[in-house]
Order: sequence, then structure tokens, then C-alpha cells
Amino acid sequence: MKILVCMSVVPDTTTKITFTDNNTKFNTAGVQYIINPYDELSLTRALELTEAQGGTVTVIHVGLADSEASIRKALAIGAHDAIRINAEPVDATLVAQEIANWAGSQGFDLILTGRESIDYNGGLVGGLIAAHLDLPFINIVTQLDVAGTEVTAIRDIDGGKETVKANLPLVASAQKDLTEPRIPNMRGIMAARTKPLQVVEASGVQALGQSLSFELPPAKGAVKLIDAEKAGDLIQMLHQEAKII
Amino acid sequence: MSILIFAESSEGKFKKAVFEAVSYGKEVADKLGVEVNVLCASTQVPTDADLAALGKFGANKVWKMTLSEDRPAAMAEALADAAGKCGARVVVISNNYNGKSIAPALAVQLKASIASGVISVPDTNNGFQVKRGVYSGKAFAQVNLTSVVKILAITPNTFAIKESGNDAAVEAFSASISDASYRLKAQSVNKVQGKIPLTEAEVVVSGGRGMKGPENWGLIEDLATTLGAATACSKPVADMDWRPHEEHVGQTGITIKPNLYIAVGISGAIQHLAGVSSSKVIVAINKDPEAPFFKVADYGIVGDAFDVLPRLIAAAKELKAAQ
Ligand SMILES: Cc1cc2nc3c(=O)[nH]c(=O)nc-3n(C[C@H](O)[C@H](O)[C@H](O)COP(=O)(O)OP(=O)(O)OC[C@H]3O[C@@H](n4cnc5c(N)ncnc54)[C@H](O)[C@@H]3O)c2cc1C
Repeated sequence: MKILVCMSVVPDTTTKITFTDNNTKFNTAGVQYIINPYDELSLTRALELTEAQGGTVTVIHVGLADSEASIRKALAIGAHDAIRINAEPVDATLVAQEIANWAGSQGFDLILTGRESIDYNGGLVGGLIAAHLDLPFINIVTQLDVAGTEVTAIRDIDGGKETVKANLPLVASAQKDLTEPRIPNMRGIMAARTKPLQVVEASGVQALGQSLSFELPPAKGAVKLIDAEKAGDLIQMLHQEAKII
Repeated sequence: MSILIFAESSEGKFKKAVFEAVSYGKEVADKLGVEVNVLCASTQVPTDADLAALGKFGANKVWKMTLSEDRPAAMAEALADAAGKCGARVVVISNNYNGKSIAPALAVQLKASIASGVISVPDTNNGFQVKRGVYSGKAFAQVNLTSVVKILAITPNTFAIKESGNDAAVEAFSASISDASYRLKAQSVNKVQGKIPLTEAEVVVSGGRGMKGPENWGLIEDLATTLGAATACSKPVADMDWRPHEEHVGQTGITIKPNLYIAVGISGAIQHLAGVSSSKVIVAINKDPEAPFFKVADYGIVGDAFDVLPRLIAAAKELKAAQ
């Protein structure tokens, strides 16, 4: 089985988000970058599938050279090779179209993405790739099994879960619970140094959505404390003052 | 030219998110000086009276179409056809799980741009700008969309439902749906019974590691049921299998935006806050007065959850009995 894992590189989850240049740019000073947590799940699931059934796992990232450390980490976790499409990942339209343009002729059986990136939160790349390549798309999967060419997956839907079947090739997006992420070991880290990381020039897709400026949520006023002994008063305050219950 | 809104129905009924989407669409349409068209495509379309009633929120015309299966790909295909027929410049979809599957499929068919997680009405003075959530609730971005057709996937529980008009005209709609849209075969659907889905809830009661163990969740559930709330939890609680993962809120769980979020025994780590800080009112209950949650809470109770919760439950029951 030939699996492609799409990966984005995002600020570590503990990052305090701030902006520079008059709130037009994300402040990268001191920020640690990680593989997007949902993409880490796709990567791990892809490795589990190929370890059990044979095959290869390629990771693909649309981004600039500064994300290569994270790509190497994906190789250290176990991906066989990596592709970096050399373009600024301005929006989901650009990222998905670049990946689809490259992957279209490569004969992947399974293309995995995360259900969203934790920085842009678009949640669109998987669905866009599937639509560009005319492949079935299973969004937000918490379980994904492959038997021959048949995929069985459980996906989150509004208010519950759905079990679906479909045939390879297809695209799926990972949700929490798909598997547990793996931590690279020393051997993996050594091996990653010599694994192929190919840089592909972008095909020049135009982004359709540009983030012009950013803002932080408005600061909260001081908390109104209620005595624990009179906890019940809170209910009256929520009813009469906040008018929300 | 017009605006097209997707009206999702579930078991023959509309949810609140549809009224929000139509009210929102009406506001956008007024800005652009165009009509509001609605498409409802589903296996169980609501009654004509319910469809016509979308006129109250601003719909001019409501198209109805019965699908053979409730697949997002089929809904996207029907929407693409409808968008072509009414010359839609803007398509509005709710950014729920179903919407997240529809929007990208539709975007490719319409060569449209998409903004998801939208929390503002577009500013059309300078291009076409909308505000959307980024960094998992830690910030917002002002995005300019440049394609002719734009898809706006709006955040549920963000826009007010506004009644402005009379009944809309209801018409049958037909579009050919390709077999490709039915390539996923549903084997079974498990809907959470008798509980309010977290993503749709207006009130959420959430428990953290401070609840000590799954056996104590009766208190959380009791308060939630009394308030008509959904239940949620912090990441370690889901990781330890005290609660199902779909209750996990935060940066790596779901982002929610209820009117009221009650956090019990949750410290308020940055990753947790990311997913809940857009809640309109936040209550923190924690025995540690230094817990970071108190910095973002509107109301706080410093105390032991096992003393505080029974008092809240009793007061909430009293209030509900009086209502
Ligand atoms: C990559 C990454 C992603 C993450 N994503 C998320 C995420 O999406 N969501 C999330 O929630 N976390 C996330 N976390 C974890 C986060 O950092 C915190 O560890 C977690 O939120 C803590 O959960 P908690 O508040 O339930 O537990 P704790 O931090 O252990 O806090 C328990 C709280 O309960 C209080 N308490 C204890 N006993 C009582 C009592 N009897 N009565 C009242 N209060 C009591 C304590 O004072 C304490 O404040 C993530 C972490 C990482 C590294």
C-alpha cells in the first residue's frame, strides 16, 4: 500500500500567540514548531497500516525551508521519504491544489490529512484534495482499517458517529482517538538523516484567501467570586444578571 | 445574482444553526442588494410549512430536494447546481461536521474560495473581508477572499436569529447526483440518544482531573441535565478514558462557543482555554484560588467541587421548578 501523509507545521500548543508589524504578521520570536497533532496521528496510523500490510509512507509538506526540521522528525518517526513543495502555505486552496497537482500522477492508495491544522483551523485541505483528484473523502475519522482494497472507517458526525465503507484509493482526515502518536527513537533519528527529502518547486497555484490582519480576543474583566458556602447564589446570578439560564 | 444558503435538516427538522445561517445570509444579501435562496437537500426534507417558514428569517425562495442517502458529497453537488441556477456569489454553510465535508467539495466545483469558522458579516468596502477564528480560539484573522464565488462556513452559535419577513416560496429542486457522490457506504449511524450534542449546546458543564474519577461524573451530569446542558471534559480526562474522546474540548479537541461554560476541577491550561475562551460566560469552580481558569472566568467559586456541585444542582433544580 502506498500512503501519502499531508503534514503541516504549527506553533507548539503552549505558544502564547502574539502578532507584529501592526498586527499583520504572526510573531515567530521564540516559538517552537511541531508537527500538527492531527497529522501526527495520520502518520502513525499510516505506519501501523504499512507495518501490518507492507507498503510505504511518504510525507508531504507545502512550506518553506524552515520547516525541514519538522519534516525530519516525521522521517524519524518512521516515514520512508518526504516531499516539500517549496511555497508559502498561504491558504488551504493553494496547499491542497499544490498537493493534488503533485500527488495526482503518483498512484497513492491512501492520502491522509489531519482534520484541521491547529493554527489556521481551516479543516479544508483533505476535502479539497479529494475533490481535485475525484477521490472519495472520509472526514474526521477516529478509526480506519484497510482490508485488501476495502476501507472501513468510523467518523464523527454531528451528534454521533457513523461507520462507513469505501474502496481505495481515497482521502481521509484524522481525528483524535485514531491512534496514539509515536515518539521517535534514537535509531529513527539517525535513519532520518539519510532518508530522501525531495524539494519540489511549486506549480504556482494562486491563493484565494489572504489573512490581512490579526487580533486577540478582548481581555476579560475581573472574575466575580462567589462564596463556596453560598454556591447556589451563582445560579440566581446566571439567571438574573447574565440572563443565560 | 443571489446568495445561496444550505439548510441542513436532520430527521425532517431544522436545527437552530439553519435559522442562524438564513438570518446571516439575509444580512449579507442586503449588503450586496441580492436575493436569498435556500437549498434543503436531504433524505428527509422538512414539511413545506417548515420550509416556507425560513422566509421569516429572510429567505426569498426555498428549494427542496430529496436525496437517496445523506452524503455530504451529494449535498455539495446539489448545492453546486443550485448555485449555478441562481447565480450565487456567496454560499453560506454552517461550519459543523457536515458543513466541513460539504464546503471543500463545493469549492472545487464552483472554483470558489472558502473561509471557515467565520464570525463576522463580510466587509465589502475593501474587497471582501471576513473575520474567522485562528490558532484554535487564541486569535482571529481578517481574511480577504478574492474569487468570484465565495463560500462562508459560519461558526454555530455566533449570529443572532433575526425575524424579518414572511413565508418564502417553496419549490422542488432537481439536480443529477453522480454515483461518485455515493462512494461512501454508510454501515451504521450511532447518534447520541437523549443528550444534547456538545457542538450544538448553549450551556456546557465540563469536568477535569479535579473530578477524581469517572464514578463522580454523576454530579456533572446531574447539573448538566438540570440546566439542559451538554457535558464536556479536559484532555487528560478523555485520555484516561473517564469520558469519551468526543467530549474533549481544547486546542486538540473541539472548539466550542456556548453561551455558558461551567468548568469544574479544570486548571485552565492554555490548550484547554483555546477551545472554550469564546464562550459568552465562563464559570470556574476550583479548589485552588491560583488556578489559571479564574483569569478568564466571569464567575468563580473557590471550593471543593464535591461540596459546590450539590449546592449548584439544588439551586438549579429550584430555579427550573419555578420556571
Ligand atoms: C500537545 C498538547 C495538546 C493539549 N491539548 C489539550 C486540549 O485540547 N484540551 C485540554 O483540556 N488539555 C490539553 N492539553 C493538556 C493541558 O496542557 C492540561 O494538561 C490539561 O488541560 C489539564 O487538565 P485538567 O485541568 O483536567 O487537569 P489538571 O491540570 O490536573 O487540573 C485539575 C484541577 O482540578 C482542581 N481540583 C482538584 N481537586 C479538586 C476538587 N476536589 N474540587 C475542585 N477543584 C479541584 C485542581 O486545583 C486543578 O486546577 C494539551 C497538552 C499538550 C501537550
